[in-house]
Amino acid sequence: MSHPKVQPFTRPKHIDDLPQGTSFTAGHLVETTASWRTQTPQVEAEQCNACLQCYLVCPEGVISVVGTGITIDYDFCKGCGICARACNKHAIKMSEGGV
Amino acid sequence: MSSVLNKSITVKSLDPREYFYGHKACAGCGGSLAVRLALKVLGERTFTAVPAGCMAAVGFIYPQLAFASNAIISTFPGTASMMSGIAAGVRALGIPDCHVVGFAGDGGTADIGLQALSGAIDRHDRIIYICYDNEAYMNTGVQKSGLTPFGARTSTTPAGQRVRGSVTRKKNMFEVVAAHGIDYAATASVGYPQDFLNKVNKAKSVNGTSYIHVFAPCPTGWGAETDLSIELGKEVVDCGLWYLAEYEDEQFRLNRNPKEFTPIQSYLEKQTRFRHLLPEDVEHITRERDRRWARIRKSWL
Amino acid sequence: MKEFGEKAFVSGNEAVALGVRLAKPHVIAAYPITPQTTVVERLAEMVEDGSLAAEYMHVESEHSALSAVMGASAVGARTFTATSSQGLLYMAECLHYASGGRFPIVMMNANRSLALPWNIYGDQRDSLSLLDCGWIQFYVEDAQEALDMVLQAYAVAEHPEVLTPVMVNLDGFVLTHTYELVDLPPQAEVDEFLPPFQATNKMDLAKPVNMGFTATPADYMEFKYQQHQGILRAAQVLADTDRAFARRFGRSYNGMVDTYRCEDADTVLVTLGSVCGTVRVVVDQLRESGHRVGLLKLRCLRPFPAAELRTLLANAKAVGVLEKNISLGYEGTVFTNVASALARDAKAPLLLNFVAGLGGRDISKQDISQMFTQLFDARQNSPEQRTIFVNLQVETNEQRLEQVHHG
Repeated sequence: MSHPKVQPFTRPKHIDDLPQGTSFTAGHLVETTASWRTQTPQVEAEQCNACLQCYLVCPEGVISVVGTGITIDYDFCKGCGICARACNKHAIKMSEGGV
Repeated sequence: MSSVLNKSITVKSLDPREYFYGHKACAGCGGSLAVRLALKVLGERTFTAVPAGCMAAVGFIYPQLAFASNAIISTFPGTASMMSGIAAGVRALGIPDCHVVGFAGDGGTADIGLQALSGAIDRHDRIIYICYDNEAYMNTGVQKSGLTPFGARTSTTPAGQRVRGSVTRKKNMFEVVAAHGIDYAATASVGYPQDFLNKVNKAKSVNGTSYIHVFAPCPTGWGAETDLSIELGKEVVDCGLWYLAEYEDEQFRLNRNPKEFTPIQSYLEKQTRFRHLLPEDVEHITRERDRRWARIRKSWL
Repeated sequence: MKEFGEKAFVSGNEAVALGVRLAKPHVIAAYPITPQTTVVERLAEMVEDGSLAAEYMHVESEHSALSAVMGASAVGARTFTATSSQGLLYMAECLHYASGGRFPIVMMNANRSLALPWNIYGDQRDSLSLLDCGWIQFYVEDAQEALDMVLQAYAVAEHPEVLTPVMVNLDGFVLTHTYELVDLPPQAEVDEFLPPFQATNKMDLAKPVNMGFTATPADYMEFKYQQHQGILRAAQVLADTDRAFARRFGRSYNGMVDTYRCEDADTVLVTLGSVCGTVRVVVDQLRESGHRVGLLKLRCLRPFPAAELRTLLANAKAVGVLEKNISLGYEGTVFTNVASALARDAKAPLLLNFVAGLGGRDISKQDISQMFTQLFDARQNSPEQRTIFVNLQVETNEQRLEQVHHG
């Protein structure tokens, strides 16, 4: 798994089930940040030459390499638009709205 | 240590795993990019310390824990000492082949954390201290720090009729740590990400203490568009208000010496925190930049 | 230090250093402050001569000292630090941090008065003003107990039911810098009594964690309850540890509380630290003249031996609490803790609080004898003032000089 994914989480019911001493599993995610978006990056795969600059500069790390192109994890994309500006091929466009 | 450490690092050779993911930083946060990239260079055998500040506040809210490798929130003033302690524990327990890194903000480094940083460098522990500089106490609401630049509006240096924002200069942390004779120090910016990767990669192999000061634009605190963080990080270097340099073996090395600077005004006007500045303020900033570069070019080249 | 095979003639501080060496910590980080300095100096010498294989960190402040040992503890190292007075207060934020983080750190504190005014001599206001920070707190009477309690401190701190840092308190100068003959527990025996630390709560490359996290109002109280229970469980763990120590090394300290001639006492002085030695002498003297008096020695203030106090003082008619402390603006903190424990009983004894020894002022046998006299008198005439400053050298508007100054 190249990045942590949201997993189901039930709150402890008994004190003995509470994590010991403010310490818990690394990379433990229970909710997404998709709802933060007011704009959404759309990838035009034909334009993409997989230079990976977008992957490099995404503050969230939601862009990853897939075959000869890239894919975006929309669960955690916040719609900042940095990827669209970084792309030399204009292969990423920001569309209005959260989806 | 493995020989891989000395190989150069590219976006394609970067560890594909994400070690800082699912965090609650603002959209476009330069600081979170710095943390993300550094952790990809350092890999999974890393112990990370992060003090109270943006990265701790966005990364460690139980049960949402965004660091996928070992990480601990340190006391605000004590990041460097906690890092030293981790390094001492690693040595004492014989834990092989690992890195100790810390990500502290400008406040946690230049102000409240300065004493501990000084002690850590003095002790020469094998740690990599990374200051992500967003030029104010952003986590608590954009208050002025020791690294807030001249003229910036913050919530404690309001821009009014009588006083137009911060009246002090950025503390020169790079030269402060160099004056300690640190093993390796560098300035960097998220606007020059390959340079930042190179410097973190370099720090991996330093058998001593490293300090990397990475300029990290903050759209929220600076009043800038979220998609401009990388460009602002590049422009601040290109207009000479920040420089890319290294220090090691008693020598300073300038990585980039622009023949001509791009206009400072263009950098400032993209951020509402500078909107109130008058032409005389911009002239002052320009003169200060020129004085600094005159000194750097004379002494370091 | 003078070591003679199984014995050594050492100061209280040196006894602590010997105890630390026997405990084999991985990492030591401390900042010097009078009257703790000789602890860290001896430890530095032990590291230099190779008899102590620890990483010795020179830190630039007390706050950094505790931050550093927390870092080491966070990767599973056994750690030690030491401080006093201003230094203890400087690291105050870190004390809460360490206890909340459940790091089983052991720290020696040289009880010393707090500025202002400046004063380097012993009193107990430093540690007593920090009873709420979540650390287990032991108070020792002599150098042997100091050495022994360092070992017991690790056993208690690292116990999986406890996982709480422990502070071992020695009276500044009076105990830290006076010399006595101590028995040195053999290293092989100590290794069996105190096996290597197996941390369960740590950053582990095989099992990565995020430590020191934030808990929102939805979760925070549960973590505090968990922490509170850990300290409460230390009472039983301390009793078990004391028994195991006694079986192996032949010395028992009786756990959270020890008593001297309390069984049939109607008047008891409750106190802590090195002054206990002086009180024993006065108890014997007063017993000679027919008074049924006793000493109750508080060894552990957190957790607090409330139930033990109620049992041991059940037949006492008058109880004095002697402490080198005042919670300014009210009464002595130890007194408050004792009074609260005894208030649960309908027939609680008469209570007086003796605030003595602040800023290193000597507490003599006559002072102690005078305290017992006041306790005897108080049973006849209930005094207005429950909190009495002992041996003030001036008249005040509240206390007549003759009430407190002895001839």
